[in-house]
Amino acid sequence: MNSQTPALEVKGLSVEFPTRKGVLTALSDVSLTVERGEILGVVGESGAGKSMTGMAVLGLLEPPGRIAAGEIRIGGQRTDNLSDAEMETVRGRMVGAIFQDPLTSLNPLFSVGQQLTETIRLHSDRNRAEARAHAIGLLKQVGIPGADERIDHYPHQFSGGMRQRVVIALALAGNPQLIIADEPTTALDVSIQAQITTLLRTLCREHGAGVMLVTHDMGVIAETADRVAVMYAGRVIEVGLVEEVLNKPKHPYTRGLMGSIPALGARVERLTQIDGAMPRLNAIPPGCAFNPRCSEAGARCREVRPALVANARGSVACLVHDGGVA
Amino acid sequence: MLAFLIKRIGNAVLVMLTVAFLAFLIFRFLGDPVEMMVNESATQVERDELRARLGLNDGFLVQYARFVTNAAQGEFGLSWRNQQSVIGLIAERFPATFELVLIATFLSLAIGIPLGVFTAIGRGRWWAEGLQFSSIVGVSLPSFLVGILLILIFSVTLGWLPGYGRGDVVRVGWWSTGLLTPSGRAAVVLPALSLSLFQITLVMRLVRAEMLETLRTDFIKFARARGVRRRALWFRHALKNCLMPVVTLTAMQVGNLIAFALVTETVFQWPGMGMLFMQAVTFVDIPVMAAYLCIVSFIFVTLNTLVDIAYAVIDPRLRNA
Repeated sequence: MNSQTPALEVKGLSVEFPTRKGVLTALSDVSLTVERGEILGVVGESGAGKSMTGMAVLGLLEPPGRIAAGEIRIGGQRTDNLSDAEMETVRGRMVGAIFQDPLTSLNPLFSVGQQLTETIRLHSDRNRAEARAHAIGLLKQVGIPGADERIDHYPHQFSGGMRQRVVIALALAGNPQLIIADEPTTALDVSIQAQITTLLRTLCREHGAGVMLVTHDMGVIAETADRVAVMYAGRVIEVGLVEEVLNKPKHPYTRGLMGSIPALGARVERLTQIDGAMPRLNAIPPGCAFNPRCSEAGARCREVRPALVANARGSVACLVHDGGVA
Repeated sequence: MLAFLIKRIGNAVLVMLTVAFLAFLIFRFLGDPVEMMVNESATQVERDELRARLGLNDGFLVQYARFVTNAAQGEFGLSWRNQQSVIGLIAERFPATFELVLIATFLSLAIGIPLGVFTAIGRGRWWAEGLQFSSIVGVSLPSFLVGILLILIFSVTLGWLPGYGRGDVVRVGWWSTGLLTPSGRAAVVLPALSLSLFQITLVMRLVRAEMLETLRTDFIKFARARGVRRRALWFRHALKNCLMPVVTLTAMQVGNLIAFALVTETVFQWPGMGMLFMQAVTFVDIPVMAAYLCIVSFIFVTLNTLVDIAYAVIDPRLRNA
């Protein structure tokens, strides 16, 4: 493992759900890279496959979902073909996770310290006392005041924001090189959100861990992420530096997404929106999945599926930028 | 925690006073104690004298207070049937019932909990579904039928285990135990099994349902995400969250077991309190019945209070309630 290998490399990942009515393709040819110490934001509407990608990386797809094609490498090591038992040694140690709701992420019947030391001892050779000392250290790092005392408290004795700090401490307990943060601030008050995103950012820099930050909140992306990947109907359609994608979006869908964020201070009668809705998984149109809603679509968009093509500033999957639509 | 304890124990005492009131009503107003105690040739003067001596002319509340005071000291008077002290009769029979119920409870937890966990995690596999299906049989068979079937198979046909009685007993102080002799241990197997079959399936089905529920929760998913091994996930994280209803069910069922023991004790000729009660009913032996009522409800109330305390021990969120 050298510092050049990315924390996460996903190549051509497809996830399928076999159902009675046929196979649903939830993720189709998804490719992503998260460098060490980098925060990659993943945005999209509900059902675009953001969380699904995170769960696939963690090896926590709900059955009958399965990885049908592609490769996942964490810190250079391939993990998509590991058995359930082998994945248990990957989770926590190579990849940590932060979930949406801090109120339900912690087991209510075990103290915070018990859950921390359990995780620490799973992933290192520390004895009970050393693990406890390390746990207190972690709680201090995530900014919990009075960590020496708080360690023996139970989850219900913490506020939502404090609990999410504990969850972050738990995600860091195995010292992983990658963290999947699935909507980590969505369930929190706006005033707490900024604290948590800042904390996430600082700690990942310190620990040299890459973060895949799944969210639908453009504000969080703008404040926290280095690069951003936009997903639509189970595909990655645009990737680039945050300022590039937010200010100069290339894909018509990304443009629509940015356009629909209401500006502060401007009072308008109707909010801008993208007409139509994202297709259901069993009815994804041929060609570009966005073509029925796209104002720039041409005949070719209904036939050819655009590939993610790299350009000087990032990459985009749109025929407008790849040979024309007609 | 102290306020919590005081509140619970206060509740328990209140319930016991109510039960004692009901027992007192039975004792005092079902039939005339004097009629039952004097012989047929007694004169009216003798009857009045006895009535005064028993304190039956005192006010209602005075009599109730006296009944409660005596009952609290374990004094329930004499059996009308054989003039022995009621509490002595019950003390003689209590160990048999207690041991039977204890073993049955132990069996229902020791077999029911693992079966529940396995049927939950093996959901969809043939063996788990098969077990779940056959548990319906256990729930629906009446316990006397199970008892008779067990006797038929294991003592009549196979001749492995005794089908009636308690075997040899050993006295430890006032307690007589059958668990220290080989014949006593052999004798308890069939009645305990017959008594616990229903509970085993009940515990198993409850644990299965709770486990399935718990395994879907976020904190289990998060525990998996931080690398907790499957075994620890099932038996530590998930099972502990299932224990609350199991504790409730078990404690409630211990009361039921004592009640069911009535039937089982009759089928297996087990010399316990259930048999004593059946005999008391046959001979309208009111003091024995009143005492049985008080003692069984004392056990019920004590168990309920212990359950409340156990809740607080298992779930830290309840400690301040």
